[in-house]
Amino acid sequence: MPAEANAARATAARPDNALQARLLFMLLLAPALLWLLGLIVLPHLELATLSLRERVAPRVYKLSLNQYRTFIDEPLYWHTFVRTAWMSVLATALTLLIAFPIAWTLAKLVRARAKSVLFMLCLVPFWISETVRTLGWMILLRESGVLPGLLVSFGLADTPPELLYHDATVLVGLVYTSLLFMVVPLTSALESLDDALIEAAYDLGGNGPSILWRIVIPHAAPGIAAGCIVVFMLTLGNYLTPTLLGGKNSLWFTEQIYTQFITRFNWEQGAAFGFLLLTLSTAMVWVGLKLSGQSFGEVMRR
Amino acid sequence: MHADLQAARIVKRFGGHLAVDELSFSVARGSFFSILGPSGCGKTTLLRMIAGFIAPDSGEIHIGGRNMAGVAPNRRPVNMVFQHLALFPMMSVGDNVGYGLSRRGLPKAEIARRVGEMLERVSLAGAQAKRIDQLSGGQKQRVAIARSLVLEPTLLLLDEPLGALDLKLREHMKIELKQLQAAFGTTFVYITHDQSEALVLSDQVAVMNAGRFEQVGTPQQLYYEPQTPFVAGFVGASNRLGGRATAVQGDAVTLSNEQGLVLHARAVGAISAGDPVQAFVRPEATTLAREASALPANQPIYAGQVQSLLFDGANSALLLREERSSAEFRIALPQTGQFSDLQVGERVHFGFDPKQAVCFAAPPHAR
Repeated sequence: MPAEANAARATAARPDNALQARLLFMLLLAPALLWLLGLIVLPHLELATLSLRERVAPRVYKLSLNQYRTFIDEPLYWHTFVRTAWMSVLATALTLLIAFPIAWTLAKLVRARAKSVLFMLCLVPFWISETVRTLGWMILLRESGVLPGLLVSFGLADTPPELLYHDATVLVGLVYTSLLFMVVPLTSALESLDDALIEAAYDLGGNGPSILWRIVIPHAAPGIAAGCIVVFMLTLGNYLTPTLLGGKNSLWFTEQIYTQFITRFNWEQGAAFGFLLLTLSTAMVWVGLKLSGQSFGEVMRR
Repeated sequence: MHADLQAARIVKRFGGHLAVDELSFSVARGSFFSILGPSGCGKTTLLRMIAGFIAPDSGEIHIGGRNMAGVAPNRRPVNMVFQHLALFPMMSVGDNVGYGLSRRGLPKAEIARRVGEMLERVSLAGAQAKRIDQLSGGQKQRVAIARSLVLEPTLLLLDEPLGALDLKLREHMKIELKQLQAAFGTTFVYITHDQSEALVLSDQVAVMNAGRFEQVGTPQQLYYEPQTPFVAGFVGASNRLGGRATAVQGDAVTLSNEQGLVLHARAVGAISAGDPVQAFVRPEATTLAREASALPANQPIYAGQVQSLLFDGANSALLLREERSSAEFRIALPQTGQFSDLQVGERVHFGFDPKQAVCFAAPPHAR
């Protein structure tokens, strides 16, 4: 690297604080850059080339858009794709709805000590691995599980109902997994809202819904957007929760990718699916930001 | 005289602390009423009870003749200008001013017209589309007032709105506020800890201390005829001198103390010979002279050594120690320039009209 060599020579010849600072800065940045390059950029370049080729004979490949054509021609694939997107949007919206009162309580209603306890409670589920947590849900919800048993003993059902393998179950699991990632940015956004603004709006004739709509939500918008982006991306790329809680019915797009790579050994198709998912999440985030009038930079500063 | 605000024996406690202690007062329509007091005296609590954000434990508040018990802040004919203004940063200037009107369900065209008129009246014509962070401190102030006044409230409450401004702007906004109040004729209730704001702006000032009004009166009354030691000490600067009343003749009191200070003052309230008393002498009521013969002959004359000179333009003063008692006095320097060459350590003479010094029976805790 000529730049580093130059820098080294300059340092040897004339100890220069600014130069040292720059070297230190580059050194500190190096792990992040290596990580970005080695684990994100390079694999994606490889995936891109994979997705754009077709095997014509053993070890003979040619450039083609066939993998993408298969996606369009096969209804199951794009059906799964649209369904995953739709379910993710739904899960994000539900998470927002549930997280908002929690964040409001944390930011505005409770004192400092109760706040740390409540934050802890939100964090506790994350001490357990996602697999174990999801298996916990299965123990609770399966036909011979705790909840169906309770329903029967309370006389609410004649036979224990199967609560697993429904869309609703998948949504419950997804919301549960994502909640913290919505609560944190929302709480910090709401904490920065001056109570006097709410009082002022109230004083000027505002009521609950109008203050929420015109004061609280616009103020918290960057936090809402940040939380939604994180939750949406996590949900879209989630594999474990839809697979375990949804079973065969879940039809999650990550499962299709898994199947192509692992079961079918069709890496080309898997890579194309991976790229489609990446495009989808980028597009949805972009549309979401445009609709809410937020800028990406503003949101990411949260 | 019609009262826009009447409070009858209102009480508010926070735990064991009595924040507002059986307060009764009324504010005449169209007047500028200030509540002046040190921080923690209960004035903010009082204002928030008038606005409706907190309810009094007992007592009644009538606004425009209507009892406000159980009426929520958004239904009271009262609007408030908050300490840090609380303008909505997510809205334009026009939307800020129009917020209250839109909450009343007025048609858009009507709102736009009234917002335009109001902005014109506060000399911000055409600022509708501006963002709040594009405004200067003084302009924000005017938007905050416009936002409230556009609703034509019976009462406008102002919670130390000038506190966050720098000195120059504060002086300017004082004048502007007074002019705005005169132009709109709305009743203003203004709370502040800054006596100059209260004195300059108000028709009536209530001096508040420990949940009670010490005295309610015009700025002149508070300044020239304080009724309690607290008011005498809080409004304007004063030399406070303690001692015993050695002679009382009508309202003329002679105060002496163990250090040998003897001074004459006007009694406020009942004082009898032998009582512990406190006298207040204003620095600006004191005459200074290099020669004793230059002072009026009918007043007691004191002498002392200059301890320090406090030059502050028009508010310049000096600190000196009276010779016999070594009591410290603050004396205002006249603006004529005849003392501009005064040196620390110099011996000077001073005196004051005993009628301009007030004397109170000392409150129990000061004895």
